[in-house]
Amino acid sequence: MSERVAVRKTYKLFIGGKFPRSESGRSYLVQSSNVSLASRKDARDAVVAARAAVKGWAGATAYNRGQILYRAAEMLEGRREQFVALGIPGDEVDAAVDRWVWYAGWADKLAQVYGGANPVAGPYFNISAPEPTGVVAVVAPERPALLGLVSVIAPAIVSGNTVVVAASPSEPLAAVTLAEVLATSDLPGGVVNILTGAITETAPTLAAHMDVNAIDLTGVGDAALATDLEVKAAENLKRVLRPAPGNHDWTADPGVAPMTALLETKTVWHPKGV
Amino acid sequence: MTATTTSARSELSELGRSETALRTFLHGLPGVDQVGAEQRAAQLGTRSIKTTAKAQAIDLAIRMVDLTTLEGADTPGKVRALAAKALRPDPADPSCPHVGAVCVYPAMVPHVAEVLRGSGVHLASVATAFPSGQAPLEIKLADTRAAVAAGADEIDMVINRGAFLAGRYKEVYDEIVATKEASGDAHLKVILETGELATYDNVRRASWLAMLAGGDFIKTSTGKVPIAATMPVSLVMLEAVRDFREATGRQVGVKPAGGIKTTKDAIKYLVMVNETVGPDWLDPDWFRFGASSLLNDLLMQRTKLTTGTYSGPDYFTLD
Repeated sequence: MSERVAVRKTYKLFIGGKFPRSESGRSYLVQSSNVSLASRKDARDAVVAARAAVKGWAGATAYNRGQILYRAAEMLEGRREQFVALGIPGDEVDAAVDRWVWYAGWADKLAQVYGGANPVAGPYFNISAPEPTGVVAVVAPERPALLGLVSVIAPAIVSGNTVVVAASPSEPLAAVTLAEVLATSDLPGGVVNILTGAITETAPTLAAHMDVNAIDLTGVGDAALATDLEVKAAENLKRVLRPAPGNHDWTADPGVAPMTALLETKTVWHPKGV
Repeated sequence: MTATTTSARSELSELGRSETALRTFLHGLPGVDQVGAEQRAAQLGTRSIKTTAKAQAIDLAIRMVDLTTLEGADTPGKVRALAAKALRPDPADPSCPHVGAVCVYPAMVPHVAEVLRGSGVHLASVATAFPSGQAPLEIKLADTRAAVAAGADEIDMVINRGAFLAGRYKEVYDEIVATKEASGDAHLKVILETGELATYDNVRRASWLAMLAGGDFIKTSTGKVPIAATMPVSLVMLEAVRDFREATGRQVGVKPAGGIKTTKDAIKYLVMVNETVGPDWLDPDWFRFGASSLLNDLLMQRTKLTTGTYSGPDYFTLD
């Protein structure tokens, strides 16, 4: 009998809930696996998918978003061995699951903590409610490969934003495997989109894109590139998150800042009944 | 002009006199090879149009748009806003051309006419009991006259599909002739509603019928039935106008309408026009797109080409 030939996986992009190859047809090698090398047109497609998903995701009830994120944590836990096989320490996978659950719990609490009734001197109710910013572009940090990725995606989507993530060029396998987790978590297609490949190719397109509302530059190590992206982002007044340089402790309590940085506050006046 | 074409011409103009002659002629048209037409249309959709050719195609497509609103909820304010957009599709860029026409219901024509007067943008009105066409002839003609009197210079009529499918070609023919007469100087676009004609053979027959009866344009659809303009249907219609010009010397325009939403789609149509009937038809006088959301996508692509960055729907009006 002939020996069985292993079926090897091509790591593809994650756009609109599907796993397409790059439209450019290019790929590159990481840990002897083929990974798609995303082009600017893939970035464009991802933004279109993310924009289309905003209405449904931001319009879902906070409780429902929390349930879906919790389900994602369950799926992540179930694939623990797969991540370990990619070289991610077991502790880090556990921390990523815990981080995901922690953010899932915030889904229906954000509005209570960061919204509220404002005192006014008139016969009105005045109410503030936090709302998502919209489409957020994220440049994921290189290390830790999984915990870092989870720590930038979860706080963005918990409040109803949708994201286009430029995965770290050296650690795309964890990102695509996370996409497989999300694809089986009832997360609507387009809420999370993941591009693998060169940051220098996808990030400038995302930063300049007029239909992107915010950009998180956490994973941009090169200061000159980060500044260039900030300049591009200024064109349509994108919200820019650029963490202070230096080593970030990803295992520490992240606090609420990653979530609140991507919120807008809507304030409404409502006449009081007699 | 050779003797044969002249005699062919007079023969064709006689066809409308009798039901039998019309039927014999229409059923004598060669059948459409369905698989061939669909394959040809799909093949024409694979051409790569980039950079300067794309920029040219986008500007041409904008000039060919019949900016359309045909809703029960249309108000004078809404159609005036649409007409203003037709004049200056991209207020941020004065080099952006104006669209071909604005297409509205007859009751909205006076409001649009005020805005468009003297601008070079045509004013099209649907008529003849659009979209079903199921009304007595006098009412359809009155509808047409009212639209022309209110200022429409293009009339989009619907053919009587009930009569066409029942094989009463003469009735359909006579209605088109009567509507043409009622429209006076206004251009007559004949809507075949290909989604209801079921076969490509019927599309070819209806195209010839509309052209023989004097239509200036043949248009695919009302946009009110689920199947609107498709590439193969438009291909069959383009071949019909090409053959008709060969036979009679008269050029007829084509207007696919409904379902064309992206720049990519529009460019595929332009490629098809160029490769099927040639550049004579690559002009807003001979080819139009019936569309509303297409314009915003064209503008976004245009902005991408001029600025180099991707634009978004936030920067263009909702219509």
